[in-house]
Amino acid sequence: MQQTNSDSKQGGLAGAMSWLDARFPATETFEYHMSKYYAPKNFNFFYYFGWLATFVLVNQLVTGIWLTMNYVPSGDAAFASVEYIMRDVEFGWLIRYLHSTGASAFFIVVFLHMYRALRYGSYRGPRELLWLIGMAIFIALMAEGFFGYLLPWGNMSYWGAQVIVSLVGAIPYVGPDLMEWVRGDFLMSEVALNRFFALHVVALPIVLLGLVFVHFVALHHVGSNNPDGIEIKKNKDENGVPVDGIPFHPYYTVHDIHATVVFLFLFCAVVFFAPEMGGYFIEKPNFEVANPLKTPEHIAPVWYYTPYYAMLRAATFPLFGLDAKFWGLVVMAAAVVIPAILPWLDRSPVKSMRYKGKLSRWALRIFVVSFLILGVLGVLPPTKEYTILAQFCTMLYFAYFVLMPWYTRVEQTLSEPERVTE
Amino acid sequence: MSTGDTVHDAHAGDTANEDGSSRRYFLIQATSVVAAAGAVGAAWPFVSYWSPSEKAKALGAPVKIDISKLGPGEMLSPIVAWRGKPVFVVHRDADTLASLETDTDMLADPNSEMAEQQPDFAVNAWRSERPEYGIFLGICTHLGCSPKYVVTENFEDSGQGGFFCPCHGSKFDMAGRVVKGVPAPSNLEVPPYRFESDTVVVIG
Repeated sequence: MQQTNSDSKQGGLAGAMSWLDARFPATETFEYHMSKYYAPKNFNFFYYFGWLATFVLVNQLVTGIWLTMNYVPSGDAAFASVEYIMRDVEFGWLIRYLHSTGASAFFIVVFLHMYRALRYGSYRGPRELLWLIGMAIFIALMAEGFFGYLLPWGNMSYWGAQVIVSLVGAIPYVGPDLMEWVRGDFLMSEVALNRFFALHVVALPIVLLGLVFVHFVALHHVGSNNPDGIEIKKNKDENGVPVDGIPFHPYYTVHDIHATVVFLFLFCAVVFFAPEMGGYFIEKPNFEVANPLKTPEHIAPVWYYTPYYAMLRAATFPLFGLDAKFWGLVVMAAAVVIPAILPWLDRSPVKSMRYKGKLSRWALRIFVVSFLILGVLGVLPPTKEYTILAQFCTMLYFAYFVLMPWYTRVEQTLSEPERVTE
Repeated sequence: MSTGDTVHDAHAGDTANEDGSSRRYFLIQATSVVAAAGAVGAAWPFVSYWSPSEKAKALGAPVKIDISKLGPGEMLSPIVAWRGKPVFVVHRDADTLASLETDTDMLADPNSEMAEQQPDFAVNAWRSERPEYGIFLGICTHLGCSPKYVVTENFEDSGQGGFFCPCHGSKFDMAGRVVKGVPAPSNLEVPPYRFESDTVVVIG
């Protein structure tokens, strides 16, 4: 009561804030998540990408909502409505290119964000759940991208979706029926287009936003990792503030504004000068309307799926009485999901690559290179030699995970410092 | 001067260093101005996106109307639409034209003083470029119904026909001028138009 009386005497902005704070934890929330959230002071380049992923997510949401205003999700009109947006709607070309380039940018920043976690052991305890939520975001993002790619209803949209949906048919016994259920028809048709539209613009964005929210909540509960992979919370001053922590606001908000400006230079350069990226961001056959009777000469998924697609194609022989097609599905699904168990595979006494031994460093290098090679192979037509290379790289990809409990335990590690290094 | 490299330097600059705090103030202001300009620039395409598209503009292009078969006392039928709105074209006889100049007591705005209701060329007793042809948007200025063309019964003292709105009873004379004491606040709108020839008029 005393409190409210003194509050009501304050005028202006301070009065308005205390009125608000008595009814909603505005200042408290801002302090908890921004001005009194202490992040390690030694963040480096790789710590930009969490924020940039959020920034691109906002771009996708806003441009996506705007595209929906003119897009028509029907077999007869979808392709024409996209061309209508490109040619006739004021700045429609810009909004669409922001969205299509944003999709690729999303995967670039998310891959770098995940690489950062591998490099500095950010998936390790107490951040296992944070990592699992992140993996769920990654899978939701892949689904979001896949559903969205069908919507322009170009010929590559159509056949890309056809190939991926056909994978469902590889599941033993129930496959063919399940495939029909997913498509809602005997072929990819307007029915699938409509349900993909609903999933892309309503269902998955809700899922993604929810997951991103809990990702933030979990992060701010356990605190950020850092390039040294040591816990700054172990070393606090008399006020309970980590000695090696600095308030997120203003230090990292300003830091991230800078990153955003640099990112926008690169992003806008692509949007304005190379939005199709030579057929990698928007593929050439997609300038032709979907035609169920004519497959494009060479089907490749958009670049961000190609490493997984290469692994799918690398399964070329039957095993245990199940055909190669099914194993391809298993390999691909396993490749996407396997990073989720990293927190329990890594047995190293240290988290960061800075203090891990030679084996871990080489394992990570080989993993990254094999992932990149698979990415390139995924866009090339399969030849005998390429298939062998893809099989080899698939082995290396999985070896990184499967052998991790061994190589992280046997190698000689350096001792972690007490305080973060500058 | 402190460069603010570390937390402790920055805090010291905050309280003790006069130059440091004014520089900080300047930087915050400058950043805010640039950010505001950026936000306006970024909002521009999103706002423009809602404007009529090229397709809508093409559909809203001028329409040509052939009036060669429109006899005196008749209204063009079927009604032509310009930008989705009905366009009334009436051919008025000499009798009607004379009445338009004299029977003005019953009208709310006989001299077309509301500028936005017609192009300048139509500020006259006939509210038209050529006296015999009256061209109006057939949308009641009350709540947007389309009035009926009435010739057979004399609905006002003038003894002439006019336009009667069935929704709320607004009445307009043969020049589209609103009669006093009805809900409609203003005369029927005259669209921009020009005569391409004696028999073809271009609306828009």
